[in-house]
Amino acid sequence: MKKPGLRIMILKFFNRHENLRAFGILSPCIFWIGVFFLLPLVFMGVYSFLEKGLYGGVRWIFTWENYTRFMDPLYLKILLRTFRLSLITTLILLIVGYPMAYRIARAGKRWRNILLFLVVLPFWTSDLIRTYAWMLILRDTGLLNGLLQVLHITGKPLTMLYTEGAILLGLTYVYLPFMVLPLYASIEKLDSSLLEAAEDLGATPFWRFLKVTVPLTKSGILAGSLLVFIPSVGVFVVSDLLGGAKAMMIGNLVQLQFGPARNWPFGSAASFILMAIVLIAIFMYLKFAGGREALEEVR
Amino acid sequence: MIRKGFFKPLTWFTALGYLFLYLPICVLIAFSFNTSRFSVVWKSFTVQWYIKLLHDPLVLHALKNSLVVAVVAMILSTIIGTLTAYGLYRYRFRAKVVFDGILFLPIVTPEIVVGISLVIFFVLIHLSLGLKSIIIAHVAFDIPFVMLIVRARLQGMDRSLEEASMDLGADEWTTFFKVTVPQLLPGIIAAALLAFTLSFDDFVITFFVAGVGSTTLPLKIYSMVRLGVSPKINALSALIVFFSITLITIADRVQRRSV
Repeated sequence: MKKPGLRIMILKFFNRHENLRAFGILSPCIFWIGVFFLLPLVFMGVYSFLEKGLYGGVRWIFTWENYTRFMDPLYLKILLRTFRLSLITTLILLIVGYPMAYRIARAGKRWRNILLFLVVLPFWTSDLIRTYAWMLILRDTGLLNGLLQVLHITGKPLTMLYTEGAILLGLTYVYLPFMVLPLYASIEKLDSSLLEAAEDLGATPFWRFLKVTVPLTKSGILAGSLLVFIPSVGVFVVSDLLGGAKAMMIGNLVQLQFGPARNWPFGSAASFILMAIVLIAIFMYLKFAGGREALEEVR
Repeated sequence: MIRKGFFKPLTWFTALGYLFLYLPICVLIAFSFNTSRFSVVWKSFTVQWYIKLLHDPLVLHALKNSLVVAVVAMILSTIIGTLTAYGLYRYRFRAKVVFDGILFLPIVTPEIVVGISLVIFFVLIHLSLGLKSIIIAHVAFDIPFVMLIVRARLQGMDRSLEEASMDLGADEWTTFFKVTVPQLLPGIIAAALLAFTLSFDDFVITFFVAGVGSTTLPLKIYSMVRLGVSPKINALSALIVFFSITLITIADRVQRRSV
């Protein structure tokens, strides 16, 4: 007689324990995310309270200094700039993204799918390359300055690259899909009979929009804002290529500490602050948008 | 009804929005075929920058690294992500909410935070930075995306087929491989293609966890950009964009196909 195979034995064992089976199938994920995502974050937190050693190392001595350094106006300015640029980006994208999402939602089925796909496409293509494309356009000898001079609008090139304006443009460009998609999802669900009712009751298009459309698409507005604000706060590529050394954001400060400055504890602290801002943003989102259902919205 | 007058400017605005999204990419592609080194003026059409790329051993080496990383990361993350999606769909357990939240975290955590925390971790456990560390990092950020895409497919799946299979005496193992996986296949393929693309295009995380000799294409582009804008970068970027767009289009087609 054939001996029961190992496979059967494992199956029998798992059959008896449903929880174990669930754990078994989820364990590769628990392992990978636990060891290569969560654990490193813990170590980063620990590093942020250590003293800097020679040659980029650390000394295992506890200190608050990496955090108190942020009271220095130099670093405070970077923090504030990051906040300011991220908020402005979110606002610009609400203004730009809402009409786009609205128009897509009102398009015929065939067009709607094409338009949506065209919004998703850049989302999956390289941020680095899309940002680099703007360098070609904005630099002193770039396309825009070339055009301005050929058309005799300006005599000499305008400085457009390496400014805060360039960062804003880049952020708006890179994160537009993040705003349009959630807005589309909520506008698509909008019940048009409510809009008709508002109109019948004498609301002007402006008030109808403000009092009916906006409140009904609140979930999309909040989700889109969160999805734009979070990556903007943590951005590195856009501000590095388009902002340069003059307009540093937190992401660039972190990179600097892990690169040339070789101060890993301070870089960890900056990174930890970044993570805290992200978590606070999510927490506020959940509070305003209402619980777990709202989390699904973001996906 | 929405009035026509309200409609028209909206259409124009939306068209401008799409122009904004695609014009820079078109500029990039156009410049990659321009003879002039200084890309302001159009001189004449050429493919010389593409030919120069093919003869650059550093670019070819980076391409090889990128492909190795993306393929291995794709395989591992697709397997793990699919199992996870299935586990979360099939079983009910108390920690599910926590689990969901934890899987949501890698998606919202800024890439730079992931990158530096991993480099600290790798240095602490004495894992030398190279292709191995890059693959480990990529699998970690690919898993949640695969999980989400496969899960979307699972939610649209007809559960009665699984039940029928079990009723007819198939064990769970057989049912999973003979009934569930074939039904999920379009979702799994789409997820794999997207995981490949994410990994192939990733710059920030790779930037931190790469070592000497493990330069990938995005890292190569970045170091070229640092040295100054050049037509060769345009050509390389255009190729990568074209490659990504092709993969994403295939993924989209596959995902839409019903079983």
